[in-house]
Amino acid sequence: MTGQTLHIRNARLIDPANGLDRQLDLYIVDGHIATIGQAPQGFPHARTIDADGLIACPGLVDLSTRLGAIEPELGAAVAGGVTSVACPPDTRPPLDEPGLVERLVRRTDTLGLARVYPIGALTQRLDGQKLAEMNALTRAGCIAFSQAKQSIVDTRLLLRAMQYAATFGYPVRLRPQDQFLAGDGVAHDGEVAARLGLSGIPTAAETVAVTTALLLARETGVRLHLSRLSSAAGVALVQHARQSGLPVTCDVSIYHLHLSEADIGYFDSNSRFDPPLRSLSDREALRQAARLGVAAICSDHTPVDADGKQLPFGEALPGASALELLLPLTLQWAAECALPLVSALARITCDPAAILGIAGGSMRVGSAADLCLFDPVETWQVNADTLRSQGKNTPYLGRQVTGRVRMTLVGGRIVYQR
Amino acid sequence: MHNPQLNANGDLCHLLSIEGLPREVLLHILDTASSFLKVSTREVKKVPLLRGKSVFNVFFENSTRTRTTFEIAAKRLSADVINLDVTRSSTAKGETLLDTVDNLVAMHADMFVVRHAASGAPHLIAEHLHRIGRADVHVVNAGDGRHSHPTQGLLDMYTIRHYKKNFTDLRVAIVGDILHSRVARSDINALITLGAAEVRAIAPETLLPAEIKTLGVQVHHDMTSGLRDCDVVIMLRLQNERMNGTLLPSAREYFRCYGLTPEKLALAKPDAIVMHPGPMNRGVEIHTDVADGSQAVILPQVTFGIAVRMAVMGILAGN
Repeated sequence: MTGQTLHIRNARLIDPANGLDRQLDLYIVDGHIATIGQAPQGFPHARTIDADGLIACPGLVDLSTRLGAIEPELGAAVAGGVTSVACPPDTRPPLDEPGLVERLVRRTDTLGLARVYPIGALTQRLDGQKLAEMNALTRAGCIAFSQAKQSIVDTRLLLRAMQYAATFGYPVRLRPQDQFLAGDGVAHDGEVAARLGLSGIPTAAETVAVTTALLLARETGVRLHLSRLSSAAGVALVQHARQSGLPVTCDVSIYHLHLSEADIGYFDSNSRFDPPLRSLSDREALRQAARLGVAAICSDHTPVDADGKQLPFGEALPGASALELLLPLTLQWAAECALPLVSALARITCDPAAILGIAGGSMRVGSAADLCLFDPVETWQVNADTLRSQGKNTPYLGRQVTGRVRMTLVGGRIVYQR
Repeated sequence: MHNPQLNANGDLCHLLSIEGLPREVLLHILDTASSFLKVSTREVKKVPLLRGKSVFNVFFENSTRTRTTFEIAAKRLSADVINLDVTRSSTAKGETLLDTVDNLVAMHADMFVVRHAASGAPHLIAEHLHRIGRADVHVVNAGDGRHSHPTQGLLDMYTIRHYKKNFTDLRVAIVGDILHSRVARSDINALITLGAAEVRAIAPETLLPAEIKTLGVQVHHDMTSGLRDCDVVIMLRLQNERMNGTLLPSAREYFRCYGLTPEKLALAKPDAIVMHPGPMNRGVEIHTDVADGSQAVILPQVTFGIAVRMAVMGILAGN
């Protein structure tokens, strides 16, 4: 795809990867960032985008996006300034066959919206019993392997899966949750579960699984990423492992930085998450982990239709639509903890790009022009009409948020504009 | 947090849980129940308060006893009562909970009495009625999952007030499977709201929610300390499936540790009353001699239950 030649004028450029935060012009030639500041020699008379009052940052990189219907959800991605998404393997059918991965890559390439990076299934059918063909899946386009929400109950198989992935240098991503401890739980095993009579998921369900994963990662030398930590004890274990030299990474979901079990209120099924929203002190620890850069931030975008949410709390499907809220809620978190934007935006640009080992997430000269231009002060209401995603399920329905994407570029092409 | 059971004037529009109800509302229900108690002893056991109204008993979970008490209460208020055993009909054919509700609304229901296995189901129905502009249809929770059984909580309070006159000096022990008990949560909330001096939860750790203390109770793991000087002992039913060895070793061991025997009851005050929401498992949570003894008020609870349910339905219909 040949990109356009563009001149973005007067934007406040924030590039966390290079510690840049300045008002500068940006020149795009053939879909790549040609120069920053001065026009490149022989820059033709090109379309100029007046970005007065806007911030231009690298297109956001999301570590976990469930696509559901591909076209509307990738439309939602670019509407949220997200230009690269990693897609977990719990699609239907799961991404355990090279053909399925190739088809996904082909379809999403044709659409030309956000770039899609498939995560392959670590085990066949995600059933935790037989290893998937990781080499073939990698050739088909997978950049890492995971079990999505499934656990590998058999720890010997988990060890083998890590050993095999480590053989080829494939990263392994695990969502740490001990299946037995989680049981039939639907909410954090805390105050709200006690009050509402909901079956609880104890924090130990996470810490036991994190501990197992960390020990086996050390044993096998696999590059391990832990997805969607939910507890203070969970991130503390990861922090400790990193301090002792284990190159483990982790992420937290954007909603877990803002919400706690208290947001369940009287059984609000939009606040049913997997892993569950935990206590306020857990939320504080997650915010701190993200602030320190121990954890990246992901959307964990999970579109669910109305039928899946209009059920009693414990029967409702977990998850929330999040791609279009990733940026405003990250900005809100940054403002609340007085974190400079250049650091805050790192958690949704260069940090996840580094975890995924992909090229995006920076505005380096010569790199593809994947950009997000947003108005940092525009306030908008989250509702069924303002969300492009087919999933209207979010605890933020009806709420005002600040920060709105005005333009998204992928490879220099304008893929979203308002 | 929006309280879905009170309208803008603070009047009760649904009875979904005890939690969040002010003391005055609870006392108003108990006072109203007092006046209805006499109705049940008259020769003509009826008042015309709900004449022409349709009360739908919608039970997604079987319970002949609770459904019957609601049916009697509604009939004594002169309502038309329709019993739906939803476990066997529409949901078995794949209809969703809210589709069922929409259909019943279309049949001009005035009140739903709902029992459901999932915590929060009555809240979902109440919110749905609000959303479709039918806030005039009232919902009474007849037990949802582990969450709440508010009419049971209210009839327990009625019973306690009947025998003990007030709440503020009382020490109340609730014994048994508190983790899975909607009755326990309702009783705890009601007792705290009504100002009981001390509410104790007596159970092994496997039958207690992790953060039970946040509900305002003192936790005891043994009956000796837990029952000492209590004015009221509320025994909970232990369901058979809890005795399969994963939460408790056996019914025999449970009875040895937590069953209410005359010897253990002697630790409570001499005039302590013993309550049970029924149906009882004699020899599992309660010794026969206690169940039939002079301190048991288990059958009066049932009688008061009718009056309390009449009061709840009467008040809702008037708001």
